[in-house]
Amino acid sequence: MAKRFVSPQSLKDVDTHYCSGCGHGILHRIVASVIDKLGLRDKTIGVAPVGCAVIAYDYWNFDVSEAAHGRALAVATGIKRCKPDSFVFTYQGDGDLASIGLAETIHTANRGENLTCVFVNNACYGMTGGQMAPTTVVGQKTATTPFGRNPRAGEGWPLKVSELLAQLPGVCFVARTTVTSPKDVLKTEQCIRQACINQIEKKGFSIVEILSPCPTVWQKTPIEAAKWVQEEMIKVFPLGVIKE
Amino acid sequence: MREEGREKDKVLMSGNEAMGEAALRVGCKFYAGYPITPQNELTAYMARYMVGKGVFIQSESELAAISMVMGAAASGTRSMTSSSSPGISLKQEGISYMAGCQLPAVIINVMRGGPGLGNINSSQSDYFQSTRGGGHGDYYTPVLAPHTVDEAIRLVMLAFDMADYYRTPVLILADAIIGQMMEPASFPAKSEFDKPRLPKSWALTGAKDREPNVVRSLFIKEGSLTQHNENLKNKWQQIREAEQRYDQYKIEGAQYLIVAYGSQARIAREVVDVLREEGINIGLFRPISLWPYPVTAIQRAAASVDHVFVVEQSMGQMVEDVRLSLPNKKVHFYGKAGGDIPRTKEIMEYVKSEM
Ligand SMILES: Cc1ncc(C[n+]2csc(CCOP(=O)(O)OP(=O)(O)O)c2C)c(N)n1
Ligand code: SF4
Repeated sequence: MAKRFVSPQSLKDVDTHYCSGCGHGILHRIVASVIDKLGLRDKTIGVAPVGCAVIAYDYWNFDVSEAAHGRALAVATGIKRCKPDSFVFTYQGDGDLASIGLAETIHTANRGENLTCVFVNNACYGMTGGQMAPTTVVGQKTATTPFGRNPRAGEGWPLKVSELLAQLPGVCFVARTTVTSPKDVLKTEQCIRQACINQIEKKGFSIVEILSPCPTVWQKTPIEAAKWVQEEMIKVFPLGVIKE
Repeated sequence: MREEGREKDKVLMSGNEAMGEAALRVGCKFYAGYPITPQNELTAYMARYMVGKGVFIQSESELAAISMVMGAAASGTRSMTSSSSPGISLKQEGISYMAGCQLPAVIINVMRGGPGLGNINSSQSDYFQSTRGGGHGDYYTPVLAPHTVDEAIRLVMLAFDMADYYRTPVLILADAIIGQMMEPASFPAKSEFDKPRLPKSWALTGAKDREPNVVRSLFIKEGSLTQHNENLKNKWQQIREAEQRYDQYKIEGAQYLIVAYGSQARIAREVVDVLREEGINIGLFRPISLWPYPVTAIQRAAASVDHVFVVEQSMGQMVEDVRLSLPNKKVHFYGKAGGDIPRTKEIMEYVKSEM
């Protein structure tokens, strides 16, 4: 029988530390596979975030830089401007990209930096134990919203970064996908592929936001977590290509 | 001022612009900065003269500027940022990361008054911050303090070579007077650094035909951060031994010694001249590297001195290093912060009252 699943060359053959049912593992594989298929590995420089994916460089088999929490797009800007022929992408959580790094996110996008951004929205801070993120949905319980996020109590509304960025002229591609079904995984791969091709074609800033399950913080089984994305999260964060 | 002059040709430039030009001449290919007085002329100079030579970015903040520099440095590119005190506080995040990641870059601080927003006048109040790491974690950065525009040029050039050789951020600690004033200066063909330029095999260039390179300051495997800190400590020690820099003036037979750096050393020099004329045996010791502090040299200079007078545009910061270096000497301090600076007459009066 022919071998159907081949591990990408851009992914190291090691165990990851991610919880079962976590979206990060699936996304690492998707990113690595797109890079392989586009033949980009030899000129790829990734930028890892501070968050659960902080040691992504232990899993990816290409050059990677660390960045301070929220500064991945600034680091990526420095790399890409100096090495315009390399392929540079960031991989960031919602705390990293939408909270502490929001200024970097908006300004990098607004400068139209020729970069690809993989934005992992799990509606919480995974790494620090499940606090509220800017993307936490109304009513969602986290370590710092123990009674559920309440906008009327000064806790704000879920921030829709993709919609915000789509308004900027420097941004050429914005899509929101998820990884909770095989169909959605394929769609995610398609969108990330497009976001990479845009960079090769020097089109400007591309971002793919992925609604990503975090069963551990959500205190759900992997199956319940996937269901919560499909039933609750997408009501707040509708899927689809927002700008192209 | 882009015509390539011969080395001995003098030009008239402000310290801020001269430091920018020095960076360009030594191969700086990336600059990111955020406006702040009193260093704006430097950012503007880079915006104008980096065209065709490298990348200039006006960043959205100092946090972003230093992270852009970090990315540029990670790609193996000579890179620089500049700011003044409040902006340097924000840059400490990235400086700590770069020290941990062992990335070279040059950071210029044209100091102004603090704390907080303070004011835009000359000050030397960031000595503690600069010479003790400045950000979080166990680290140092070499700190070079120019006292003339001409020296600022030489130290910026040196800073790039040092940064690359030791794989560390290097700080230029100037003050508003040095940044703003214009005086004749020349551009040497290269820095006085005496060590080789090493290949940047660690840089991120794409993992073609080699194992992937990773730029990181995170070490979570048991014992790995302890080992990393030991390695860094060995590097700091190597720098301490090789890179102490200083200047001295009329110290032969001196009974008294003034210690000052940066623009304050120019005033101190005048004090020495006037007091010498009055028959007082006094000399000047001027540290150029504030870290590593020139401990051996100051001990030598002060060997037969009775009183040491430290003069700073601060409430007393470098004086702590002088006291650490000279535990058995009588060390006096005279300083002012917040815009006013210690002037010749008042320093003379202070020296006379204490000797
Ligand atoms: C300056 C700074 N502040 C806070 C932290 C602590 N911290 C680490 S990860 C993180 C949030 C991560 O959340 P997110 O970006 O959503 O990624 P996830 O872990 O959910 O994948 C925080 C607050 C830090 N490392 N640095
Ligand atoms: S805490 Fe959440 S985001 Fe982090 S690894 Fe576990 S499931 Fe994934």
